[in-house]
Amino acid sequence: MEPFRQLTAVAVPLDRANVDTDQIIPKQFLKSVLRSGLGRGLFFDWRYLPDGSPNPEFALNRPEYRGAGILLARENFGCGSSREHAPWALKDFGIRALIAPSFADIFFNNCLQNGMLPICLPGDEVDSLFQAVSAAPGAQIEIDLERQQVGPAGGGRKFHFELDGYQKQCLLDGLDAIALTLQHADEIASYESSRAGH
Amino acid sequence: MGKTLFDKIWEQHRVREEAGRPALLYIDLHLVHEVTSPQAFEALRAAGRRVRRPERTYATMDHNVPTDPRPFQIQDPNSARQIEVLAANCREFGITLYDLDSPHQGIVHVIGPELGLTQPGMTIVCGDSHTATHGALGALAFGIGTSEVEHVLATQCLWQRRPKTMQIRVEGHLPEGVSAKDLILYIIGQIGVGGATGCVIEYAGTAVRALSMEERMTVCNMSIEAGGRAGMIAPDGATYAWLKGRPKAPQGAAFDRAVADWESLAGDPDAEFDRQVAFRAEQIAPQVSWGTNPGMVTSITGTVPNPSEYHDPVARRSAELALEYMGLRPGTPLRGLAIDRVFIGSCTNSRLSDLETAARYAAGRKVAAGVRAMVVPGSRQVKAEAEKRGLDKIFRAAGFEWRESGCSMCLGMNPDILQPGERCASTSNRNFEGRQGRLGRTHLVSPAMAAAAAIAGHFVDVREWPH
Repeated sequence: MEPFRQLTAVAVPLDRANVDTDQIIPKQFLKSVLRSGLGRGLFFDWRYLPDGSPNPEFALNRPEYRGAGILLARENFGCGSSREHAPWALKDFGIRALIAPSFADIFFNNCLQNGMLPICLPGDEVDSLFQAVSAAPGAQIEIDLERQQVGPAGGGRKFHFELDGYQKQCLLDGLDAIALTLQHADEIASYESSRAGH
Repeated sequence: MGKTLFDKIWEQHRVREEAGRPALLYIDLHLVHEVTSPQAFEALRAAGRRVRRPERTYATMDHNVPTDPRPFQIQDPNSARQIEVLAANCREFGITLYDLDSPHQGIVHVIGPELGLTQPGMTIVCGDSHTATHGALGALAFGIGTSEVEHVLATQCLWQRRPKTMQIRVEGHLPEGVSAKDLILYIIGQIGVGGATGCVIEYAGTAVRALSMEERMTVCNMSIEAGGRAGMIAPDGATYAWLKGRPKAPQGAAFDRAVADWESLAGDPDAEFDRQVAFRAEQIAPQVSWGTNPGMVTSITGTVPNPSEYHDPVARRSAELALEYMGLRPGTPLRGLAIDRVFIGSCTNSRLSDLETAARYAAGRKVAAGVRAMVVPGSRQVKAEAEKRGLDKIFRAAGFEWRESGCSMCLGMNPDILQPGERCASTSNRNFEGRQGRLGRTHLVSPAMAAAAAIAGHFVDVREWPH
C-alpha cells in the first residue's frame, strides 16, 4: 500500500450531514468485480442530472475544485452500507484524505485499509475549514500525518487531530495488514488448538 | 468489576492484545456473498494466499439474485458475472456455497441463524453492514469491508480496536400492533443515526426478553442504522429452544454441553457499560419514516416535521433536503399518506413470523387499486415453510406478488426497483436517497404496517385495524 505522510491539496466541501455510502457510490456500480475504475460512479446521483449531464450545482463538478484531493464533510460521513467501493471510488476520483466531525465506523476502517486518511475534528474547527474553503474556493489544505496537524495551506491556524498510533504507523509505512498478521501465525495456530472442540 | 456479554466474547477471542494497539481477534464464522467478496478472492489469488479456515467460511448469493420463478436466466450480465465469480471462488478455495439451486439459499443474515451456523458466544463477520443481525443469538457479529474480508479469509483473524459498550434497556410491554420493527425504529429516532457510533449495543430489559428470536433479529439487524458496530442480546431459553435441532447446531449431548457454556455468557449483574439509555415499551406506537435516513422517523399518529423547528443549521438543512427528496410538506399527517408500492422482505423483516403477521392483515382483503405489492421471503426455507402454511395463497388471493428469495428491493441490485417518484411502504432497513431506485421514496415500516398500507392504499394505524 502506498504510504501516506503529507498531503497538500484542494479541498472540496460537501455540506451535508449523514452522507451514506449509497450516495457515495450507488448500487449499480457494485456489480464490478474490480477495485479500479469506480471514480465515475462517485456521488453519481448528485453529480449527474437524470438526463446524464453533470449537475453544475454539485461541488465536485465545479471548476474551482477540479483536482481535489481532500473532501471536507459533515458528521457521520460514510454511514450505512459496508461497501468498500465507497473509499475505492473516492480514491479513484483523487481523494486521499477526508475531514469531518465524525465518520461511520466501517467507512473509517475501509479508508485506512486503502491508505486514505479520515480526520476527525471538533465541529467548530470543521466549520472554520468550511468557511475558509467557501471564502476562497479552490484553496488548498495541508495535512501532516507525522505531526497530526491539518489546516489551510501556507499559513493560518493548524488543528491537531487524533489517530490511533497503530493506524498512524500503518498509514505512514503503507503496511500490508495481512503480512503483519501472518507474522503471528504461530499464535493464531496455538489459539486454534487451545479452542479445539469449540 | 463484572463483565458484559460483549466483554466475555471479546476476551475469549483475543489471540493477541498489547496496550495501545488493536487486538487480534479470532473469527469463528465468516459469511460471504457475491457483492463484497470478488476483490478479496482476487487479491488472495494474486498474493498466492489460501483460505485459512474454509470450514468456518460459508457463502451464498443474495444481493443480485432475481426474485422471478426459478430457474431463470439472469439478464444483467454484470449480476450474472458476480454470481458466477462467487461460485468459481468457492470451488477454488473449498468453501461451502448455498447457490441458487440449493434449498438453503437466501439472504445471508436469514440463512446463518436458520441453519444453526450462528451460535451464542461466536464472533461472526460478513462483508455486509447488517451482520449485527446474528447478535440476536448472543454472538458478537459485525460488518466489515472487502479488505477485511480478504484479511479474514487469509488469517481467520481481524485487528480490532476495542469498541465502547452501550446498553439499551426497554422495559414494559409493547402494545398490541407494535412490533420489534417499531421498537428499533423508535430507538433510532431517539438516539439518532450516529447515536451508537463506536459502540457495541446490548439490548436488554423485559420488553427485549419478551421478543421472539426472529423479532430479536429484527432489532439487532438495524443496530448499524444507529451507527452501532454491533448489536446483541444475551442468550436465554428462547435462544436454545430456537437453535436446537438446526442442521449446523451441535447435536445431542454436544448441544447440552454447548448450552452449559452459553449460560455463562450473560453479562454479570455488576457489569458496567460506557453508556446506558432506557425506554418504556408502552410509549411506542407504530412507526413510519418520513425522511432519507432511518432516524427521520415518527409515529403513525405524527406529522411530517417542519425543518424550521430544528435549531442546528446542519440538521435543518438535512430535513429540508429530505422533504424535498421525499416530496412531502411540513405538517402532513402520515396516516392517510398514499403509496404506490409495497415491499415486504429484506434481512430485517423476511422471516416466517414477519410473513405470518403480514398475511393476517392481507387475509380476505385486496391490495388497493394502483398499488403494486410484493412479498419476498428471506430464504428458500422460509418460502417453503410459508407455502406449507398456505401464506402464498393468502398473499396471492389478496393481489400480492409472491416471489423467490433474495435481498430484492431493499437495495435494488436485482431488477426489483422503484421508478422515479414512486412512494413505497417498505419493511427494509434504509430509506436513503435512491436506495430502492433512483428518485424512489422509501418509508420504513413494520410488516403489519406495510401489509395494511397495501390494502388501504395509504398508511393506516394498524392498532385500529382488525386482523
